[in-house]
Amino acid sequence: MMSKTTTALATLAALGVLSGAAQAEIRLGVSVSATGPAAFLGDPEAKTIEMLVEQLNEAGGINGEEIALTLYDDGGDPNKARTFATRLVEDDEVVAILGGSTTGTTMSILSVAEDEGIPFISLAGAISIVDPVRANVFKTPHTDRMACEKIFTDMQAQGITKIGMISGTDGFGASMQAQCKEVAGDHGIEILADETYGPQDADMTPQLTRIRNTEGVQAVLNPGFGQGPAIVTRNVAQLGFEIPLYQSHGVASDAFIELAGAEAAEGLRLPGTALLIADKLAEDDAQYQVVTAYTEAYKAKYDQDVSTFGGYAHDAFALIVDAITRAGDSEDPQAIRDALEATSGLVGTTGTYSFSPEDHLGLDLSAFRMLEIKDGDWLPVE
Amino acid sequence: MDALLQFLFSGLTVGAVYALVALGFTIIYNASDVVNFAQGEFVMLGGMITVFTFEAGLPLPLAALVAILVTSAIGVALNKLAIEPARGAPVVSLIIITIGASIVIRGATQLIFDKQLHRFPSFSGDDPIHVLGATILPQSLWVIGGALAVFVGLWIFFTRTLTGKAVLATANNRVAAQLVGINTGWVMTLSFGLSAAIGAFAGVLVTPITLVGYDVGVALALKGFAAAMLGGMGNPKGALVGGLLLGCFEALTAGYLSSQYKEAVAFIVILAVLFVMPQGLFGRKSTERV
Repeated sequence: MMSKTTTALATLAALGVLSGAAQAEIRLGVSVSATGPAAFLGDPEAKTIEMLVEQLNEAGGINGEEIALTLYDDGGDPNKARTFATRLVEDDEVVAILGGSTTGTTMSILSVAEDEGIPFISLAGAISIVDPVRANVFKTPHTDRMACEKIFTDMQAQGITKIGMISGTDGFGASMQAQCKEVAGDHGIEILADETYGPQDADMTPQLTRIRNTEGVQAVLNPGFGQGPAIVTRNVAQLGFEIPLYQSHGVASDAFIELAGAEAAEGLRLPGTALLIADKLAEDDAQYQVVTAYTEAYKAKYDQDVSTFGGYAHDAFALIVDAITRAGDSEDPQAIRDALEATSGLVGTTGTYSFSPEDHLGLDLSAFRMLEIKDGDWLPVE
Repeated sequence: MDALLQFLFSGLTVGAVYALVALGFTIIYNASDVVNFAQGEFVMLGGMITVFTFEAGLPLPLAALVAILVTSAIGVALNKLAIEPARGAPVVSLIIITIGASIVIRGATQLIFDKQLHRFPSFSGDDPIHVLGATILPQSLWVIGGALAVFVGLWIFFTRTLTGKAVLATANNRVAAQLVGINTGWVMTLSFGLSAAIGAFAGVLVTPITLVGYDVGVALALKGFAAAMLGGMGNPKGALVGGLLLGCFEALTAGYLSSQYKEAVAFIVILAVLFVMPQGLFGRKSTERV
């Protein structure tokens, strides 16, 4: 009896404290895939958001109000993501949702956000998230199509018109393969060979031999993710290709150079973000401040290098903080949504965002930088 | 012509990887009729433990030895903790236990190590060897050589040693084996330890080619299992030939037909072979006594 009373009192006290504090708090909801198969996306995303919330609250919050973060781990499962999104809206009463590490989980959260009129910034890649435009849905990562266009623009500049493609059959590779084939014609690029490989394959020399034996191929493009591109890169070196190799933004990380081997990767090009060359950015670069601040803080807190994916979360958080600041009313999701849509020239780690009622991605091709691997390190290509 | 040779080199490289995994299935299957679906996890552990001990500063051969010994101990533990307590259970239940074990090992690996892909340097550099216009990496020769060595070792073990024959006897009839004085519990422990060691050895050899991460075991085990079925489950010769054949089917299909169909064609060939020869190419004919 005694203990029951104490528990009840404690619960009441706790509730009292919580609701008391909640009045001066901005409730922000996050659902990312911090564990499971998409953990390589969700893990840095969760860490980034936790770090940024901590930083912001220590610095006094937004207009004096602290952010109360509710972070769920959906494990990459779209069903769980839907449950968590509903819980965020109904139980946690958040004013905005960030997250959706994968396109699958994003699609689940998206429908909840649309039904409930809560602004949602997705961290997933697919263009279908913002095309057609949905009132409450925004996203930070650039799309596969933009990566293709960036690569093809670079090829055009090199006078390359005929290429061979070798793509992974995983979701990322297949999607980018389709997007690249769609926009190749616009850039005067002809795809003469179109090969694929399974995500767990150990050797791609047969496919590459076919590409090599195709008359007129001037470059090889490899849309893919995980170990595939590293093995393709090694196989290309093994076969002694003399034509340039292009990889996608899917492998834009230092770990890739390590896996492929600096020697094999020498001279290959890919589109990446400023985050990857943080230590090589000129001080007058528009992104210098934001990229340096983020990489240093992340490294200091977690003793890990930043990834492009953490950068997406960083930008989503920066966008929502900016929008809440301008909205003036931290309680009204629709006011925040309107402010978000009016975002203009916000510099993030991925690029510079300017949303409009027709464009909820807000990035252009300048967000990508063409990088080349030189002596085991990334070098921006002019 | 040089294209054909290149396809065959690719097929032999990949095939030797499959063969090494398939050879790992042999001992446990021979001792207990159990197909150990955690075999791919042993391969993964061999690679992962080598990566981390190597990065911790151990020389590569020593790191590989540590990985093989630790994985072998894990194999023994799997037998003691999961298989032995369920000794009376039918073979299907034991197989399901090994599937469970593989999930546990995978989960533990991503917690203890990490979720990233890793690699360590090839044993004899990365300069391709040129043969008649085609190229092969030195590491591929290591893998092919390793598969041959394990095959010869297993063949001698099963046909020339008393212990190997004790393993076969245990599978044949456990009670009869006990009656003639074979310690069947010990045979089971031995077979799990050896299988895990072979798996880890495979992991050490193939990691410079395939890379390693906590989740590579499933795909390896599936391909290795397919190779073992093609060659005949339980027969070291079958595992070797099955693995190499499977690798060559895939490479030739990718080279001459289309890379889209390479797995489909390989599996259609396997189905066709099993349709005509249900025991696989070199499988023993089992006769049911009535």
